[in-house]
Amino acid sequence: MHMDKKTKDNLITYGIVIAAFLVVEVLAMTGKLSSHMGGLLVPMTYYAIIAVALNLCVGILGELSIGHCGFMCIGAFTSATFSKVMADKIPSGPRFFIAFIIGIAVAALFGFLIGIPVLRLKGDYLAIVTLAFGEIIKNVINAFYIGVDSKGFHFSMENQMALNLESDGTMIINGAMGITGTPKDANFMIGIGVLLISLVIVLNLINSRDGRAIMAIRDNHIAAEASGINVTRYKMLAFTISAAIAGSAGVLYSHNITTLTASSQYFGYNASIMILVYVVLGGIGNIRGSVVAACILYLLPELLRGLNKYRMLIYSIVLIVMMIVNWSPKVIEWRKRTFANFGFKKKVKVVK
Amino acid sequence: MSFLTYLINGLSLGSIYAIIALGYTMVYGIAKMLNFAHGDFIMVGCYVIFSISGALSGNGVMGTVIAVVVSIVLCSLLGITTEFIAYRPLRGAASPLAVLITAIGVSYFLENLALIIFGADVKSFSSVITWKGISFAGGQLKIQGVTIVTIVISLVILICLQLFINKTKQGQAMLAVAEDKGAATLMGINVNKTIMLTFAIGSALAAIAGALLCSAYPNLSPYVGAMPGIKAFVAAVLGGIGSIPGAMIGGLVLGIVEILSKTYISSQLSDAIVFGILVIVLIVKPTGILGKVIQEKV
Repeated sequence: MHMDKKTKDNLITYGIVIAAFLVVEVLAMTGKLSSHMGGLLVPMTYYAIIAVALNLCVGILGELSIGHCGFMCIGAFTSATFSKVMADKIPSGPRFFIAFIIGIAVAALFGFLIGIPVLRLKGDYLAIVTLAFGEIIKNVINAFYIGVDSKGFHFSMENQMALNLESDGTMIINGAMGITGTPKDANFMIGIGVLLISLVIVLNLINSRDGRAIMAIRDNHIAAEASGINVTRYKMLAFTISAAIAGSAGVLYSHNITTLTASSQYFGYNASIMILVYVVLGGIGNIRGSVVAACILYLLPELLRGLNKYRMLIYSIVLIVMMIVNWSPKVIEWRKRTFANFGFKKKVKVVK
Repeated sequence: MSFLTYLINGLSLGSIYAIIALGYTMVYGIAKMLNFAHGDFIMVGCYVIFSISGALSGNGVMGTVIAVVVSIVLCSLLGITTEFIAYRPLRGAASPLAVLITAIGVSYFLENLALIIFGADVKSFSSVITWKGISFAGGQLKIQGVTIVTIVISLVILICLQLFINKTKQGQAMLAVAEDKGAATLMGINVNKTIMLTFAIGSALAAIAGALLCSAYPNLSPYVGAMPGIKAFVAAVLGGIGSIPGAMIGGLVLGIVEILSKTYISSQLSDAIVFGILVIVLIVKPTGILGKVIQEKV
């Protein structure tokens, strides 16, 4: 069967994810997986998913976003609100499915709305505005109070008391305390499934006419516009899809923990930057690299847990050294020279 | 009267943001990089003052002065070292994101080093300014000493920086490097030295800002610089990044908006309002208040 290089490349990516899944399942079945490691599996999938989403924005669209966790936050809170309200009314399977659709749809909507002003800006200005939006989302959600009782929904942005709930009422979002008691619907298999679907969407987008238009805008937006590409439309398309995928990571996140809070540790700019680190180290524009880097870099601090308080220090040094080794023009030149001496030189085809 | 008090508090906080933003904007303008570790330089400065003034506590004002001076010097050295080890190798890298991620690595490094040395518990910082301040209108309007000193220092720094950049050879060299590194090299300017000097000045400003910040808000933790750092960056962008008066204006606007919205609207939403202002300003004027519009050529 003849396959072009890109199809083959994509199949390898899917293959790696499926193989990783199978290995983990075998380990789990034979009891070789500690409960600590088991708890890291779902986070690993949602970090891989949001890394793919961010790479679509940074690598393919070429716009630096440092507020992507804001979309994750939106996906997490909308879907968790739905699941909590419907906890006793819909069985878990369909409920989780609808939660996904809601989380993704709302994140996409916000991606679209935020994209309108953000994508008019350029470079660092764009980056800082995405950071601003991420912080705004986090802050506003922290001020939300939503409760439900026999009279219906109550909403306030002041405090719990302002809701005037009846005695039979329950809080859904309790300001900075967030949502407690979201049904724990997410598991590793669903996480892998969502990761595969996001990969299919992003990789197919890249290899499509739309994807080529998006990359043409990234490489030179003036030339792209002159070639008749609708720059705004394609920028919005990529940004919205990226936000939607980030939203799906949020749905997984919120259905994997019992207490969901819009804390800066998970949804602030720091978290968004951590995802950006995954994307850059995995290779900007390299979707497979994002998945691998997200998994390794998420596990690295956890594996270094034995080193206790030195682990983040070591992680930061590893990060700096890796960046210098990978990107420094001098180091790259030195590597080329050294490897040439050892005879690792690439064979050059001589064309006569 | 209370409005005036809040306004002055806002001016004071804004002045601190402005001092940090000046460092940010200088480094950005010349090295074309976002120094995410800038906020952590503030933290380092605070811890240096905290340690030294703790050790010299018997020496009164002299101890504090020594602590502040040592902190400024150490922060400059830290800035120079960071630039030399972590940022210089990545100058001219294929992607501008490379140095950004390294800066994030430096930020993690400094925060975690402080965490190991000083622990995670919040330390109470004793103000470097002991002056109680003045009161007007029969005690109705009280202005704290630290507030006045902060505003005065920021103005002095602004004037000195403007003079330095516009009147001295080194300052002109900075402008030239900011404009075009290649051309500056051809004119005989030592680009590496100029960038080093920029980092030294920017980091020294961070140390000064740290001393003032922790005097006004005396809770010292390894993450004390992170949020002010980000807000100062927002201020620098708001004012037009690369512009020194812009950083000042951006800082003041941000500080005043933050304090007033905390007081009159909602303390929970004040950050959202601050960032909202940034979004609105950039949508109306995409290069900030005093930013230069650079026409893109095909």
